[in-house]
Amino acid sequence: MLTMPIPDQEVIARRAAIAAALRHIVPGEGVVEAPIEMRAFETDGLTAYRQMPLVVVLPETTAQVSAVLKYAHDNAIKVVPRGAGTSLSGGALPLADGILLGLAKFNRVLEIDYANRCAVVQPGVTNLAITKAVEHKGFYYAPDPSSQIACTIGGNVAENSGGVHCLKYGLTANNVLGIEMVLVTGEVIRLGGKHLDSEGYDLLGVMTGSEGLLGVVTEVTVRILQKPETARAVLVGFPSSEDAGQCVADVISAGIIPGGMEMMDRPAIHAAEDFVHADYPLDVEALLIVELDGPQVEVDHLIERVSEIARANNSATLRISTSEEERMLFWAGRKAAFPAVGRISPDYLCMDGTIPRKRLPEVLQGMAELSRLHRLRVANVFHAGDGNLHPLILYDANDADQLDRAETFGADILRLCVKVGGVLTGEHGVGIEKRDLMPEMFSEGDLAQQMRVKCAFDDQGLLNPGKVFPTLHRCAELGRMHVKGGALPFPEIPRF
Amino acid sequence: MSAVLKPETEAELSEMITAAPAPLEIVGHGTKRHLGRPVLAGATLDMSAFSGIIAYEPEELILDVGAATPLAEIECMLAERGQQLAFEPPDWSALLGAQGSGTVGGLVACNLSGPRRLKAGAARDHILGIHGVTGAGNVFKAGARVVKNVTGYDMPKLLTGSYGTLAALTSLILKVLPAPESEETVVLTGLDDDQAVEAMSLAMQSACEISSAAYVPGEGVYLRLEGIAPSVSYRRDQLGKVLKRGIEVMATKSSTAKWRAIRDGAIFIDNPRHPLWRISVAPSIAPGMIRVLKDRFDIRYLFDWAGGLVWLEVPPSDDAAQALVRSSFAAGHATLIRAPESTRAAIDVFQPQAAALAALSGRVKKAFDPRHILNPGRMYRGI
Repeated sequence: MLTMPIPDQEVIARRAAIAAALRHIVPGEGVVEAPIEMRAFETDGLTAYRQMPLVVVLPETTAQVSAVLKYAHDNAIKVVPRGAGTSLSGGALPLADGILLGLAKFNRVLEIDYANRCAVVQPGVTNLAITKAVEHKGFYYAPDPSSQIACTIGGNVAENSGGVHCLKYGLTANNVLGIEMVLVTGEVIRLGGKHLDSEGYDLLGVMTGSEGLLGVVTEVTVRILQKPETARAVLVGFPSSEDAGQCVADVISAGIIPGGMEMMDRPAIHAAEDFVHADYPLDVEALLIVELDGPQVEVDHLIERVSEIARANNSATLRISTSEEERMLFWAGRKAAFPAVGRISPDYLCMDGTIPRKRLPEVLQGMAELSRLHRLRVANVFHAGDGNLHPLILYDANDADQLDRAETFGADILRLCVKVGGVLTGEHGVGIEKRDLMPEMFSEGDLAQQMRVKCAFDDQGLLNPGKVFPTLHRCAELGRMHVKGGALPFPEIPRF
Repeated sequence: MSAVLKPETEAELSEMITAAPAPLEIVGHGTKRHLGRPVLAGATLDMSAFSGIIAYEPEELILDVGAATPLAEIECMLAERGQQLAFEPPDWSALLGAQGSGTVGGLVACNLSGPRRLKAGAARDHILGIHGVTGAGNVFKAGARVVKNVTGYDMPKLLTGSYGTLAALTSLILKVLPAPESEETVVLTGLDDDQAVEAMSLAMQSACEISSAAYVPGEGVYLRLEGIAPSVSYRRDQLGKVLKRGIEVMATKSSTAKWRAIRDGAIFIDNPRHPLWRISVAPSIAPGMIRVLKDRFDIRYLFDWAGGLVWLEVPPSDDAAQALVRSSFAAGHATLIRAPESTRAAIDVFQPQAAALAALSGRVKKAFDPRHILNPGRMYRGI
């Protein structure tokens, strides 16, 4: 189990006074302090970890968020921001000595501006609700994390969420035009807006994916796109993951960027098929779904080219969707892969590494060996187009030894991803889950530089501490860290 | 003539920065030296040794290159494999009176993007990783050779467009994309500013997947369609229906030349003494802005990014008419991209920021360059 920073007992002792102060800022039901009511906030999508917060505050206005943060800053109290709590990496795990700042009441769509093709929304609006608000005009919001029915746009900004379509349409960072945010000091700033690009440093780029460590987002302007005219999918079974991987590489080398390109391995295919009966082939090692979207004439043309490429790579089965129902059926198994795995195991851990695609066969091989070593099963779903793996490690949380083994297994998989030139997380974030693995990917100097950026936003380290970075440093200490090995180079040169 | 430091390795670069007794001006090929505020430097940091292709993996959509690699070399290499930098890097050398098309590091440091930025995103959307040395002499890296990554803060975005004020970049990992197989440009003539922006907005709201939309006063609106040939011709026909008017299609050769001219600000090259602004605004407010400015003085302008980018040339004056230009819009930002050095030293070349944001920018500068060694003042006074 990962450990969190040791709670400050002095802050915990002031709990009643802190709750009273927060009530002064957010009256009525905006402060939750009864243990039974706070229970709803004790965990997020990483359910193996639970912690009751010190107190929960649910502001409704930017002014209230600003006052809460100013109060926390003036009184050196930690704050954990939270959207819908769907983080798979523990990004919203509360702290025993920290205020949990929930943005759920920021749930309004403020403006839809078709002429400028953007929508201005509050951070508690769900990802899917943005699409729902504009779809009657043929528009949608492109990033579609699988939790889109529940996850909020504020959380998407914090995590830089992706989805199955991000190879073609980008992650959250590529689809957010502007934000209003509150710094830990309570200062309110605006980054971007309805216009493109930043006038100074790209702080919007840094905020996106900063996992609640730099500030609290109170308004988001997103780009909306016209829905593609049509979409069709091809479902291909392969006798080996090498063939499937080569097919993916050949599709991209042919200059085709599909709307979605998903792969599943044998255990995932079987679990999904047993659950949703999508008529997946069961005697293949890898299944690929390639979706093309755009004008009919383009989709028809490209689907033929993709099919030719698949055949040239030894496809065992190949079906092209001929109706919208059939396309949805192809996706049904993939979209239900997580719950399908949930049926064959009491619990599972969902990992999230990205690798260079060409290393897929050896990573799958390595994973099979690790599966034997840790005596736990693993099923793989894979955003094949961009190399983002989601190994699902099957375990039983009632058995403490199994959770331990599952976590070690997961860490070993991510180490393997880094070893082949990949990264710890493609879209779920570091949170607490991958925090202690950060040194696998970054040197101490790399991490120190990221922490200096953190200091520019939050000099006391009050926002979401214990996430992302494996060690906590004081900002003053980081400022001195460029002195290497205790000696400055060129000591003869005068300094100032 | 100030001293020139020419590091060959990251370690040497780190030593030179750490030891520098006075500010350094970072230079690759020097093509963008006149972009931004002038830097009062004690020496020039010549980065040209950090040149060369480290890895190009077309099927992974990955390009890893030394920061001083010539952009022209990169574009040639990508074209051979049918790929490109989708954000359409502009070449402002003629505009800024420089020679050559510069380095990829300079391009990234300035976050410059061309007409396709409208659909494909900016340079910052295509930078996956960076290696560099901060103003404190710290060697660091961020990002990786994969197209999807959220591990740690997005430092590549922060460094893109920081004009060398935070770190000296040594290498970059870029996302490359397939180049379209064909392109067609539709021309709409006889429109005024308002009608032009309205037509571009209509086109952008359609499913025609316009990759670029620009308006050149006196010429017309240009709408570019890219992709496989059958898709392009289908979308061109659809566009006619959406716009409810007859459309004119340019020949491929003139289409390519036209977009290059728009990308590089070619129509403004012949007036080198006239200050030139690039203004980023919500597209719908562009015509109103121009109406106000036209009343006050003699201007030349064009709209790119469907109206979201206004190129504006104003008559020569000491302050490049900054107050008037900046009061013509409420939200957005104006950057002075061409003006005499004295003007660029005297006024805010980049859009001034509100106090809290300016202070935050100052703290970010300090996090990388506490001694103000790298390109100080290039973006803002004191940064």
